[in-house]
Amino acid sequence: MGPLEITGTARLVLGFVTGILFGFILQKAQVTKYDKIVAFFALKDLTVLKVMLAAILSGMVGVYFLHGIDLVNLHIKPTLLGANILGGLIFGVGMLLLGFCPGTCVAAVGEGKLDGLFRGIVGILIGAALYSEVYPLIQNNFLKMGDYGKLTVPTLLDMNPWLVIVPVVIILGGSLVWLDHKGL
Amino acid sequence: MNWLRREEWPWWQAGLLLGLLNMAVFYTANYYLSASTTFSRAAGMLMGIFAPDHVAANAYWQQVKPIVDWQFMLILGVPIGAYIAARLSPRAVKFTAELPRTWVDRFGDNSARRWGVGVLGGIFVGFGARLADGCTSGHALSGGLQLAVSSWIFLAAMMLSGMTMARFIFRRA
Repeated sequence: MGPLEITGTARLVLGFVTGILFGFILQKAQVTKYDKIVAFFALKDLTVLKVMLAAILSGMVGVYFLHGIDLVNLHIKPTLLGANILGGLIFGVGMLLLGFCPGTCVAAVGEGKLDGLFRGIVGILIGAALYSEVYPLIQNNFLKMGDYGKLTVPTLLDMNPWLVIVPVVIILGGSLVWLDHKGL
Repeated sequence: MNWLRREEWPWWQAGLLLGLLNMAVFYTANYYLSASTTFSRAAGMLMGIFAPDHVAANAYWQQVKPIVDWQFMLILGVPIGAYIAARLSPRAVKFTAELPRTWVDRFGDNSARRWGVGVLGGIFVGFGARLADGCTSGHALSGGLQLAVSSWIFLAAMMLSGMTMARFIFRRA
C-alpha cells in the first residue's frame, strides 16, 4: 500500500493547497502574532505552546496509526547532537528577537502584518544564505558530532511505539488541560 | 459557517486540525509539514541571479537545490490561507508596517531599532533552522509527532534559549 505520493505538477498544486490550509489554521489559532510568540517565551500567554503540543499529540496518534496500517512512511531527521542543540539555541534567540518563526512570519504577511515581511523574510533569507556558505566548512567536522542517525524515542528505548505514545499523550495532554484551567 | 468567521479557534481545535493536516500531508505527499528549507532554496535563487557559478559550486545548494518544489508552493499558499482566514474574521484586514505592541511598549517606536533587531533575529532564525535541519514546523511539529530524538532536542534547545533571552529582554514588561 504505502502513501499516495502525488507527483509532477499535481504535487505543486497539492503543496499550494496544503499551504492555504496551513496558513488558514495558523491564523485562526492566532499564533501569527509577534505579541503571542513573545508572550510564550516570557511565559505570560501559552497559546503558542498549547497549539503546538496539541498538534504534536494529535498528529502523533494519527501518523503512528496510519504507519501501523502501512499507509504512510515516517520521515525521521537524523540526530546530530551538535547541530540539533546549537541550531535550536540559535533559533530560539532569533525567534524571540524577530517574534516569528519561518512559517508564522509568512502567515503574518497574509494577515496584514508587514513587520514579518520586511524584517523577517529578509533576515531569514540572509541567515539561510549564510548557512549555505558555512556548510562546506562544517560538514565534515561539526556536523558529524554526536551523529546517532535516524533515532526515535521508541527505537532508543527498544519499545513498541504505542507504549511511548499512550503515556506521552496522557502526561502532556493532561498538562495542557491543567495549564488551560490555570488560565495560561 | 459561523465557525469559519470566528476571530480565534480554541487551541485544541486548531491543534487537532494541524495534526489532521499533517496526517494528510504524510499520506498525499509522502512528506511532512515544514517550512524553512524553502528559504534556503529561495536564497539560492536570489544569489543565483548575481553569482550563478558560486551557487552551482556550493555543497549545500547542490543538496538543497534552488528549485520550486512541494514545500516552496506550500510557503506561497500560507499567506493566502492566512489572508482568507483574517478576511472571514470580524475585524477588517489592514496591511500595515506598524510595529507590534509588545515591542513598542518595551523599546519605543523607533523603526530603525526594530529593523536592526528584527533582521538580526531573522538571520538567527534562518541560520539556526538550517543548522538544526528544521524549524518549528519540520522539527517541532512534524518531528515531534514522530517522536524523533533530534526534534525533541531541538524543541528543548529553542525553548531554553528563547525563554532565557525573554527573561533578560522583557523582565519588566
